[in-house]
Amino acid sequence: MMRKNVWVAGLAVPAIIAMLLLAGSPSVAANDQPSAANAEVKIDNFSFGPATVTVPVGATVTWINRDDIPHTVVSTDGVFKSKVRDTDETFSYTFTKAGTYPYFCSVHPKMTGKVVVQ
Amino acid sequence: MPDKKQDFIDQKLQDLNNDGVDRRGFLKCMAWAGTGLVWTMSGGIPVSRAFAKTADRSAGKGGDFSFVQISDSHIGFNKPANPDVTATLQTAINKINAMPHTPDFIIHTGDLSQLSKPSEFDTLDQALKGASAKQIYFVPGEHDMLSDNGEQYLQRYGKGTNGSGWYSFDHKGVHFVGLVNVANLKAGGMGSLGHEQLEWFEDDLKGRSASTPIVLFAHIPLWTIYPEWGWGTDDSEQALSYVKRFGSVTVLNGHIHQIMQKVEGKVSFHTAMSTAFPQPAPGKAPSAGPMKVPADQLQRVLGITDVNYLVSGRSLAVVDSPLGDSGSSASGNGGGPGGS
Repeated sequence: MMRKNVWVAGLAVPAIIAMLLLAGSPSVAANDQPSAANAEVKIDNFSFGPATVTVPVGATVTWINRDDIPHTVVSTDGVFKSKVRDTDETFSYTFTKAGTYPYFCSVHPKMTGKVVVQ
Repeated sequence: MPDKKQDFIDQKLQDLNNDGVDRRGFLKCMAWAGTGLVWTMSGGIPVSRAFAKTADRSAGKGGDFSFVQISDSHIGFNKPANPDVTATLQTAINKINAMPHTPDFIIHTGDLSQLSKPSEFDTLDQALKGASAKQIYFVPGEHDMLSDNGEQYLQRYGKGTNGSGWYSFDHKGVHFVGLVNVANLKAGGMGSLGHEQLEWFEDDLKGRSASTPIVLFAHIPLWTIYPEWGWGTDDSEQALSYVKRFGSVTVLNGHIHQIMQKVEGKVSFHTAMSTAFPQPAPGKAPSAGPMKVPADQLQRVLGITDVNYLVSGRSLAVVDSPLGDSGSSASGNGGGPGGS
C-alpha cells in the first residue's frame, strides 16, 4: 500500500491516469483528493528534500528513505510519528487541517523539515 | 636542573602533590605508534608505546588492568559499506581473544544493532559469548532504541540500570560511569543526557576522592566534534563540569565510526572505530552516512580499543588497533581536534 502511494505521487499526471486504468488501485481511488496535490519528500544524505513542502488540506505527504541508514519522521508537536523507516521504506500521512507542521528524525534530530498545509 | 622543561615538570608535580590529583594533568601530547594510537604517561613525560609493549605492562601486577572498548557493531546492517557486519564483529572478538592478557571486561559503546530487532540482538549476544572477557558493559546507541523507546534494550542489557540505561561501577580503584545520550532527542539538537540523568550523575560523583580515576562512556561523543552532523551532546558541558575536580578523566565514545581524540585539561576524550563500517571525516562528505572503502581496506578502518590502566601513574593508555594486520599507522584522525 505504502509503496503504491509513493509511486503514484512520484509520477506525472498522465502516467497516474494510465496506472489507475491499468491497476485500478483502490487506495488511490478511495482518496478524494487530486493526486497532483500530494507530495513526496525524499530522505537523502541525512536531510529531508524539500525541507518545506506546501500542500492543500487533505493532501497526503509521503516520505521515502533513500539513505543506507534508518530514519524516522516525527512531528515536533506530536501530530504524527512514523515507525523506523529503513532504506527505501516509506511513511505517509494525510493532512486534514490547515497549519504548519514541523517535524524531525528522532534518530538524527539535526534532520528537520516542515509541512505547510493551506 | 636549569632545564626549563624540568622546572615546569617539578612545578607541576608540586602543584599536583598539593592538590592531591595525579600527574595526568599535563598529558598534552599524543602520538601515532605502530598499529594504533597510544598515549600514556611515564614519570610525567608523555610517551608513545607500541601496542604489544603496553599490553605487556598491564599484566595484572599491582592493580594494573586492561579492558577493551568495542563500538557500533550495527548487527543487521547489510549495505555495500559492509555486507557482513557479523563477520567483522567476529574478527574483533578474535582480536580480543588473541591479546596476550585477557582484558578484565569489555565495554560496548552502543549501536549494537541496526534496527533494534530481536534477531539482531540475538546475533550480537551469540558472537559476544565467544569473547575471552565474560563481563560486558553496554550503553545504548540510537539504533538500539528505534522501535520501543529502548524497552527491549533495557530488558536485555540494562537490568538494574537507571532511567534509559545509565549506571556506574567501580573496578580496581577506577570509577566507571555509563551514560545514555541517545534517548528523547529534541528536534534540531544533538545528543542529550537530560536533567534527570545529570542530577543522578552529579550525585553519583559526590564524596569520591579527586584522585579516583574516572572513565565516562556513552555512545554519542560528549564533546562537540561536528555539530552540523549532530556529533556532540547538547548538555555535555554540564556533565563535564561535575568531573572538573578529578585528576584523571577519560571519556570513551563511539557513534562517529572513526578515531578522534582531544585532551582538555585533565579530561581525555576518545572515540572508537566501529566494528561494522567507517564514516567520513567531519564535513568531508555530503552526509555522515556509511562510507564505502575498497574491500581490502575495510579491516583497516574498523577496529577495537584497548585501554590499559597503570596504577603507578593512575593513568590510562588508550590503544586503537584496526582489525586488519597493518604495519602502517592507523588512519582516521581526519584532521579533527588534535593534540600538540
